[in-house]
Amino acid sequence: MWSYALKRAGTTAVTLLAASIIIFAFIHIVPGDPIYVLLGDTATPDQIDALRHQLGLDQPIILQYLTWIGHVLEGNLGRSIFFQAPVLSVIADGAETSALLATMTMIWVTLIGVPIGMIAAVRHGTWLDQGLSGAAMLMASIPTFWVGLYLILIFAAWLGWFPSSGYPSIFEGGLVNLRYLVLPSLALAAPNAALILRLTRASMLDVSREDYVRTARAKGIRPWQVVVRHILRNALLAVVSAFGFTFAALLSEAVVTETVFALPGIGRLVVQSILRRDYPVIQGVILVIVVVYLLINLIVDLSYRLLDPRVELQ
Amino acid sequence: MSRDGAILWLKPFIARPIALLGLGILLGTILAATFAPWLAPYDPYAIDPSIRLTPPNALHWFGTDQFGRDTLSRVIHSARMALLIGSGVVMFALATGVPIGVLSALFPRLGHLLMRMVDVLMAFPSLLLALGLIVVLGPSVANAILAIGLGYMTTTTRIVYGLTLRLRMETYVEASRSMGAGTAWLIGKHILPNLVSPLLVQASFVFAFAQLGAASLDFLGLGAPPEIPSWGNMLAESRTFITRAPWLLFFPGMMIVATAFSLNLVGDALRDRLDPRFRQLFSEKG
Repeated sequence: MWSYALKRAGTTAVTLLAASIIIFAFIHIVPGDPIYVLLGDTATPDQIDALRHQLGLDQPIILQYLTWIGHVLEGNLGRSIFFQAPVLSVIADGAETSALLATMTMIWVTLIGVPIGMIAAVRHGTWLDQGLSGAAMLMASIPTFWVGLYLILIFAAWLGWFPSSGYPSIFEGGLVNLRYLVLPSLALAAPNAALILRLTRASMLDVSREDYVRTARAKGIRPWQVVVRHILRNALLAVVSAFGFTFAALLSEAVVTETVFALPGIGRLVVQSILRRDYPVIQGVILVIVVVYLLINLIVDLSYRLLDPRVELQ
Repeated sequence: MSRDGAILWLKPFIARPIALLGLGILLGTILAATFAPWLAPYDPYAIDPSIRLTPPNALHWFGTDQFGRDTLSRVIHSARMALLIGSGVVMFALATGVPIGVLSALFPRLGHLLMRMVDVLMAFPSLLLALGLIVVLGPSVANAILAIGLGYMTTTTRIVYGLTLRLRMETYVEASRSMGAGTAWLIGKHILPNLVSPLLVQASFVFAFAQLGAASLDFLGLGAPPEIPSWGNMLAESRTFITRAPWLLFFPGMMIVATAFSLNLVGDALRDRLDPRFRQLFSEKG
C-alpha cells in the first residue's frame, strides 16, 4: 500500500509539474507583450520598466519559470489588474460560494442518483428500468444553463419560492442564505446525478453476477437483504470513487451555472476575468482548479485502495 | 461497407425503437441543416421592429425575438452551426487521437512519453481547457472546434491506445507479424479496420457532448460570433427576456437536447453491438 501511495503521489507531482509549465506558458502565449498583459493598457513606461525588472523578464525563460514557481509555492499568484489586489485573495473571496455550491450539488447527486440507480438495477430489464435509464440519458443531454434558466423562470419569477440570482455570504446573513444556492445546485446536479444513476445501476448489475451473491441467494437470505448487504455495499465502492471525480469536475462545470445565477464564485470570476482580460486571475484560477482536481483524484484513488484490498492484486 | 455489413449496423436500431427515434431526430437535423434556406419560412437575419417579441402564432410558429426576427427560421439555420461544430470536433478528435493512440501502442517507448503528455492535458477539466484556449486564440467558430476538440482528443487517444494494445496481442496479428508483416501493413490490415466500430461509438458520444460544450461557449459569449444563428447564441440572447418571451428559451434549448439525446441514444445502441472486450473501455462514461 505505502509503495503504491508513494508511486501514485510521485506521478501526481510530475503531472502537476508539467501542468504548471503549461499554465506558466499561458501568460506568455496570450497575444501581446506579457508586461502589457500583466499591467493592462493604461500602464506608464516607468511602471513597465519597473515591472520588467521586478519580474526579471530580461532573464532566460527557464529562470523566469523558476522564479514564478517559487512565488507560487510561497502563495504569491501575482496581482489582479482589475481588482488591484493579490490574485490569491481574489480567488479566496469566491471560494465560499464555489465550495458550498459544489457540496450542495453533491448532496442532490447522492440523493437522486444512488437510490434511483438502485431501483433501476433491482428492477433490471423491466419497463421501469428502461424508463429510468432513458430519463437519465435525457438528463445528461440537457445543458445545465438551460435547466438553470427554466428553474429561474418557474421557481423564482413565477412562483417566487427562491431568489433568482446572487449569493450573500452565510457568515453575514446566516444559513438562510443557503436558499440562494438551491436552484443553482439543482441545475448543476442534473447531468451529474444522471451519471451517478447510470453508474450505480451498472455497478450493481456487475456485482449481482458475482458468485457470492448467488451463494447468498442460495442460502435463502431475504432478497432485500442480499441487495443491501451483499450487492449495494460492494457496488458503492465504484460509485464512491466516481463521487470524487464528479466533485472535482464540478469546479469547472460551475463556470456556466455561476454565470447564469450571477453567483460570486470562482467560476464566474473566470468568465468575468476573460472578458476583462485580467490574465493573472485566469492563470491563478486555472492553477488552483488543476491542483484541487489532481489532489482529489489522488485522494480518491488511494482511499479506493484502502476500502477495497482486492484492487491491489489487479 | 458491404450490404451485409450495413444490415448488421442497422440491427441494433431495429431491435430498439427508442434508438430508431434517435436516428430519426439525427437525420431530421441533418436535413434541416442541408436545406435550411428552403425550409426556413423567413430570412433568419431579417429584422422587423413592428413584430418584436410576438408569441408563437400562425405566421411565426415559434414566435419572434427582440428584433422581430423569426425564431423558427433561426432555429432551422442554427442546425448548420450545430453540425459544423459537432463534425469538426469529431474530426479533430479522430485525426489526432487515432494516430497518437495507435503509434503509442505499437512503439512503447514513444507511447510512454505521449501517454504521459495526454495525462497532463487530462489534468485540465475540459471546459477550463476550452476557456483557456479561447483566451489565447480569441473567440471564433474554428477556435471553438479546436478548444472543445482538444478535450476529446485525450479521451479518444486513451480509447484507441487501449484498443490497439489489445489488438496487438491477438493471435492473428502475431501470426501476421511472424510471417514478416511490417508495421504499416499491420496498421492498415489489422488494426484500423478493427477500430472502425468502436470509433463510431466514440464519435457519437463526442458529437453529443460537443453540442453541449459549444452551447456553453456560445452562452458565455466565447463561441460563435453573436450575429451567427446558433442555439447557444439564441439562448444567451433570450436570457434578458425570459419572463416576457419564454418561447425564446424553449425552442433552441429543445433542439440542443434533442440533438444531444439522439446522439447519445445512437451511441448507446452501437456500443451494445460492440465486442464485449472493447465495450468495457467505454464503461467509464456511465
